[in-house]
Amino acid sequence: MTSPSGEAHTVTVALAGQPNVGKSTVFNLLTGLSQHVGNWPGKTIEQKVGIHHFRRNGDSCAMRIVDLPGAYSLTANSLEEQLARDFIIAERPDAVAVIADAASLERSLYLLAEFLFLPVPVVLGLNMTDVAEQHEIHISPRILEAALGVPVVPMSATKNQGVRELVEAVDRVIRGELPYAPNRPAIREDHRTVLQEIRALIAGRAPAPYPEEWVALKLLEGDGEVARMMEARMPGGWEAVQAILTQHEDAMLAVASGRYEWIGRIVRAAVTRPRTGQITLTDRLDRIATHPVWGILLLLGLLGAVFWLTYRVGAPLQELLDAHLVQAAAEWLRGALEGAPWWVTGLLADGIVTGGGMVVTFLPILLVFFGILGLLEDVGYMARAAFVMDRFMHLIGLHGKSFLPLFLGFGCNVPAVLGTRIIDAPRARLLTILLVPLVPCAARMAVVAVLAPIFLGPAAFWVSWVLVGLNLGVLALLGVGLQRLVLRGEALSFIMEIPLYHLPNLRTVGIAAWQRTLEFLKKAGGTILAVSVAVWALSALPGGEIETSYLASAGKLLAPLGAWMGLDWRMLVALLSSFAAKENTIATLAILYRAGEGGSLAGALAGSLTPVAALAFLAVQMLFIPCAATVAAIRQETRSWLWTAANVLLLAAISLGAGIAIFQGGIWLGLEGR
Amino acid sequence: MAPTDAGVLSLGDLAEGGRAYVRQVKGGQAYRGRMAALGFTIGAPLQLLQNTGGGPVIVLIRGMRVALGRGEALKVLIAPGDGGNDQPQR
Repeated sequence: MTSPSGEAHTVTVALAGQPNVGKSTVFNLLTGLSQHVGNWPGKTIEQKVGIHHFRRNGDSCAMRIVDLPGAYSLTANSLEEQLARDFIIAERPDAVAVIADAASLERSLYLLAEFLFLPVPVVLGLNMTDVAEQHEIHISPRILEAALGVPVVPMSATKNQGVRELVEAVDRVIRGELPYAPNRPAIREDHRTVLQEIRALIAGRAPAPYPEEWVALKLLEGDGEVARMMEARMPGGWEAVQAILTQHEDAMLAVASGRYEWIGRIVRAAVTRPRTGQITLTDRLDRIATHPVWGILLLLGLLGAVFWLTYRVGAPLQELLDAHLVQAAAEWLRGALEGAPWWVTGLLADGIVTGGGMVVTFLPILLVFFGILGLLEDVGYMARAAFVMDRFMHLIGLHGKSFLPLFLGFGCNVPAVLGTRIIDAPRARLLTILLVPLVPCAARMAVVAVLAPIFLGPAAFWVSWVLVGLNLGVLALLGVGLQRLVLRGEALSFIMEIPLYHLPNLRTVGIAAWQRTLEFLKKAGGTILAVSVAVWALSALPGGEIETSYLASAGKLLAPLGAWMGLDWRMLVALLSSFAAKENTIATLAILYRAGEGGSLAGALAGSLTPVAALAFLAVQMLFIPCAATVAAIRQETRSWLWTAANVLLLAAISLGAGIAIFQGGIWLGLEGR
Repeated sequence: MAPTDAGVLSLGDLAEGGRAYVRQVKGGQAYRGRMAALGFTIGAPLQLLQNTGGGPVIVLIRGMRVALGRGEALKVLIAPGDGGNDQPQR
């Protein structure tokens, strides 16, 4: 990352914090559109870096902000925690801004306590002070600052309060204008001697950037990474350390207790709380939201509302855009290009405009979906959804945390696969990834939303629900099957924070929905356009007639397979083209059935399939192999072509099997005359 | 997953709304490490906000609500009562 000219030295600031403290909001406010999203070197965890520009006494300055992965502590309990601390130690940022949740200050200070042992100055951003005030938790930043010896900046990032002050404090600490003299927590008295012994044993042996005291502490805490590092550095001397560690296996608790005692003293001085036993708003809401019966009903109701809104608000907007923007543009192009060779008009009007238009018309549905999802997340509801789903997820060998990525899958399978990173157990994560493609994404639902009414008329709404049910039923069966046959293992641990409810910030939610939508369109847009052009080319070349095109030949080759499902080659081609992007099904059908002459898709398709064949087609479409972007994500996250290929083949078999079963079942029941 | 020594209660045995303090966290090093970071240290006072007798529970510990699966709740051994005291020097 190069700094803009005129700024001699761009400082680097690491942004750290536990999950659910509003760190992402702070990062977005600081870096805006300058964000660069990549991966941590060699890891699958997302790394976000951005530049923050600010003014110091009228001069324009910049700092590079590195968003560290959310972590509860800095012991190598998880990959996130290890990455966060390795970054601090190896990269030595100029400062760390630790974001804390004022409403649950104790656990936030636990992470801060760990940072105080590292050789980088820390500023505490006391976020969510508004939520704390709502719950009558009052914190004195000045007392906190004095007790910690660390600058403290009260913030309310969702209201854009305190962010400028945070930057100023970080800047002043880096420039040495603010004193930085942290008070560090001491280990509990009964383990002080042991810590000294270990320190003496490793004296002079810790590799360069690692502070000795910190290494000793981490060894005592049972940190496997640090132990491996020191074992390699201390041939001959390690056995003595190992002996002490084995003797004090419980030391981790002593270290943690020492930190919490230290935190307890500080919190008692700086925080006043409501009397215990008071029923908070969160308690009242959770009587319903986490109730085993009402909670499930609420969740189902909310899911229903999400889809209702997506259909009622998103879909009509999509149609409007399609009719007034895309079709109009295509018509205008055809008119303007009168006299041009057939392939020029076709490429531009049918390939590029239709494909590009698809990307545009997809926007409203995604915005509505991500908007509602973001709202539920921001309010604090998503953790409740995971909680009430936990017992059901256990039935298919998963736990509540797997529910969130699977739920995300309703929007798009790509973020769902990426979202499985919140699952800490590798086996549960793999199982969840393999199941994600069975969650019908918004694109597949959009295809059903468009095609079901054309084929099935008024029954379309109910058929849509049946199709979703079919997908989820197959998902449950596959989950149990994989669990029993392939991915056996012991039960997984389900440990999850349940954040306090708070009023959502519509601006934050809106910006997040917009960014997620754009990100998806950026990733998928190119593929959709390329496939649209490719499908047009395959359907027009070599002679300009679709009946003699390459695509027709391919589809006709597969015709016997289609006949089992009551589908002709055009339907098969539409399915195949959905591999690049699910919504291509409609684009392909539009091209294949319209073949250049105006007229509506509905008119051309209606009556082309019997109801049973239509049902078979929609079922295959819903269960079919994931789109190319999802396959890429699965490969990236599983780091295995074998699992990726197995997943794709399995889904191909399941979907075609379901299609054949539905059509043949229809014949058998006498619903389908042959 | 029954407690090894008779008479020792786990979080799963505590009634909804009941208060207790942590006596021991059983399980592997990684699990205990995560729990310790979340505040499940010996002597830490807690309140069980939800326990339906099966399925996950919700615990209020150090001002934070934490959901634990049934299996995890059974690994947290407790002593019931208000006497939790993680600050011996107070």
